[in-house]
Amino acid sequence: MTIVHTIQGNKILVALQGDLDLTAAPPLREALDELLDRYREKALVLDLSEVHFIDSSGLGVILGRYRKMAGRPLSLIGVRRSVRAVLELAGITAIVSVTDITRPTIKEIKDQHV
Amino acid sequence: MENKIQMRFLSVPDNVSLARVTIAALAGQAAFSLTDIDEIKVAVSEAVSNAIIHGYQGRPDGWIELTGTIDKLGLSIVVEDFGVGIADIEQARQPSFSSDPERMGLGFAFMESFMHGLYVESTVGKGTRVEMQRLATVQGELSRDAQ
Repeated sequence: MTIVHTIQGNKILVALQGDLDLTAAPPLREALDELLDRYREKALVLDLSEVHFIDSSGLGVILGRYRKMAGRPLSLIGVRRSVRAVLELAGITAIVSVTDITRPTIKEIKDQHV
Repeated sequence: MENKIQMRFLSVPDNVSLARVTIAALAGQAAFSLTDIDEIKVAVSEAVSNAIIHGYQGRPDGWIELTGTIDKLGLSIVVEDFGVGIADIEQARQPSFSSDPERMGLGFAFMESFMHGLYVESTVGKGTRVEMQRLATVQGELSRDAQ
């Protein structure tokens, strides 16, 4: 699991790369708790566009942070179809803002190859 | 297409991904869509994580046995550990039940939701055996003559 954070105005933007499972959960929990403690007033945005897999261990880290943040905004962006299915089953989409990954348009793909 | 795999690995967290990738590769040999395989991977991940966290209580020196079988009906998976066992299986299968506050007890709920059958056997002090089935979905149209 690669964890890269950027401070953007009043947001902590954290980009994750890798599978969110039992192996990734402890280092991710530790990193997010450190950021939340360091930037006590800021919202947390998790970019999951490079996360292709999540299970209950990964979900537990997200829900645990949601509880810990006690009202501070938490949002998930770049969510893939496989990850969304798990988030929906756990009911996370009802309590946290979730934005799906956007597919590039044909024009954007063509422009990249010009 | 019929095939079967058996694996035995230690109860270390890195083996959770090893187990789900192995079963995903096996499922890829049968009539499963990519969405089906994504869901099967979650179920395997939950079963193996449970064996590590609950069966062996985080100890890295326990053995876990994984068996995957594909046949014309679909995929069958067995995950077995030889750890502490579960005293009350019905309680353990409740979505809100977990000994770890951050895992929310969703493991069995995901296995039940993503698979088409879940059977749990456990003996305290001897271990736990989880068997799951996923039926293959074959779509097609009957020809005009057949109709």
